[in-house]
Amino acid sequence: MRILALDSSGLVAGVALVDEQQTIAEYTINYKKTHSQTLLSMLDEVVKMIDLNLEEVDAIAVAAGPGSFTGLRIGSATAKGLGMALQKPLIRIPTVDGLAYNLFGTKGLICPMMDARRSQVYTGIYRFEDTFEILEPQMAVPVEELIGKLNARGEQVTFLGDGVPVYRELLLKGLTVPYRFAPLHLNRQRAAAVGALAVTYYKEGKLETAAEHQPDYLRVSQAERERAEREQKSV
Amino acid sequence: MSETKDIFILAIESSCDETAAAVVKNGREVLSNVISSQIALHTLYGGVVPEIASRKHIEKINQVIEEALDQAEVTLDDLDAIGVTYGPGLVGALLVGVAEAKAIAYAKKLPLIGVHHIEGHISANYIENKELEPPFICLVVSGGHTHLVCVKDYGTYEILGRTRDDAAGEAFDKVARAIGLGYPGGPKIDKLAKEGNPNAIPFPRAHIEGAEYDFSFSGVKSAVLNYINGCQMKGIEYHKADIAASFQKAVTDVLVGNAMRAVETYGLKKLAIAGGVASNSSLREAMKQACEERGIEFYYPSPILCTDNAAMIGAAAYYEYLNGTRSGWDLNAVPNLKLGER
Repeated sequence: MRILALDSSGLVAGVALVDEQQTIAEYTINYKKTHSQTLLSMLDEVVKMIDLNLEEVDAIAVAAGPGSFTGLRIGSATAKGLGMALQKPLIRIPTVDGLAYNLFGTKGLICPMMDARRSQVYTGIYRFEDTFEILEPQMAVPVEELIGKLNARGEQVTFLGDGVPVYRELLLKGLTVPYRFAPLHLNRQRAAAVGALAVTYYKEGKLETAAEHQPDYLRVSQAERERAEREQKSV
Repeated sequence: MSETKDIFILAIESSCDETAAAVVKNGREVLSNVISSQIALHTLYGGVVPEIASRKHIEKINQVIEEALDQAEVTLDDLDAIGVTYGPGLVGALLVGVAEAKAIAYAKKLPLIGVHHIEGHISANYIENKELEPPFICLVVSGGHTHLVCVKDYGTYEILGRTRDDAAGEAFDKVARAIGLGYPGGPKIDKLAKEGNPNAIPFPRAHIEGAEYDFSFSGVKSAVLNYINGCQMKGIEYHKADIAASFQKAVTDVLVGNAMRAVETYGLKKLAIAGGVASNSSLREAMKQACEERGIEFYYPSPILCTDNAAMIGAAAYYEYLNGTRSGWDLNAVPNLKLGER
């Protein structure tokens, strides 16, 4: 079984090909160019480098949100186009789960954080000492609320993600539990982690069609939010 | 043409609030033209909300493409190229079509052709007018664009004039909102204007010194708003139909006037109109009459080809395909793309 994995949910653009045993190719770029410019060109390079026949891929996995709205749609549209053209199923991997999956064997809790703007983070709480456990599924919350949840659990926690540098001061000030930060080769989105998690999804039959796939934003649009607020006020 | 192979192009358009796909044969024969409109959704907000538009595009795009292929009775294997609008437009909306088109073209090893949205509107005229060939003058009028263009050859354009402020369709939307007609304003004003007197209120016609082909519609829009305010202050009841008719006439007069000046100056005997506002009945009638008086052939697309659609993108992509235009896998959405630039 071979899975092509894409991640363009944050600043990182990633493409990977994995099978059940190993990562065959992984290409990660954390650079200012837009995903629209990089993602398909990266796929093209991976394909050429490993003489990949895309027809032989069994499924296309994508980091399906949360993340940058535009970034998510570039990844999803790419996956949907590939899925339609190759007639292959898609696998939607929750972005925060994919991040946490980087840190196998970590003692204590794993807490990925992505900057969600408006003083919030996309986050979740995981354990991956042995099996992968989702203790709190991905959510958008204020950092203070996350700190409260972690303090209440009273366990050591390892942080990763692009939200860490943004909210580092708040973490240092608020945490009462021991903490550490993942090293630089593991602290951002990696398409191979999305692919590895997708292998387990594939075995469980958690597939969807290219047509039905769409990102999971975890947030309504600003216009919808403001409209709801207006309606609430007028009630 | 009979000896050469037929060229089938799948075209995708997602620059604003329509998710569209079409299959076009040899640039002029539309085998399918599927449009999933979001108008009802955006009506709640009085205009297009970019983030909502983008979300809707990603939700619908595969179904729209599959329907276009089904209706055309072709598969992806029958295609010769993929055309896609890459600008101008809403960046988030454009990116959905661009990413999707790139992925399909890449997986099927097909040439990818990035198309300018306005070039698409102009090319809509080729579909129903098989005899139309450049050179000709084209007036492109829509909610986002007002351009007077000299089409010198397929893919070669000279922009003669453009709006300095509001697009013509934008002015229609704003005036429609002011007199309580709602969104989208163009068709609603067109309908109401039929019951009004176009000469009832002398709204201004803007002429721009030193740029005889340029347009300005913010003045006429403000004049309408001032007129309504004035009536309200004085407690006078105003006639919406007269406002609609007089406003529409003021806009139409300028559009027709500039277009006729261009046709005469360039000595061309052909004029085409394109874009959403090109389905306005008053504009069509006035332009038709002005062309007849001068012995000029007048071309205009059916309403379905005036609105944002992918068939027009397929027509434009065909001529770009023949010109040898090929886009790379790094094709990006360009929200303010200029006509004639690559």
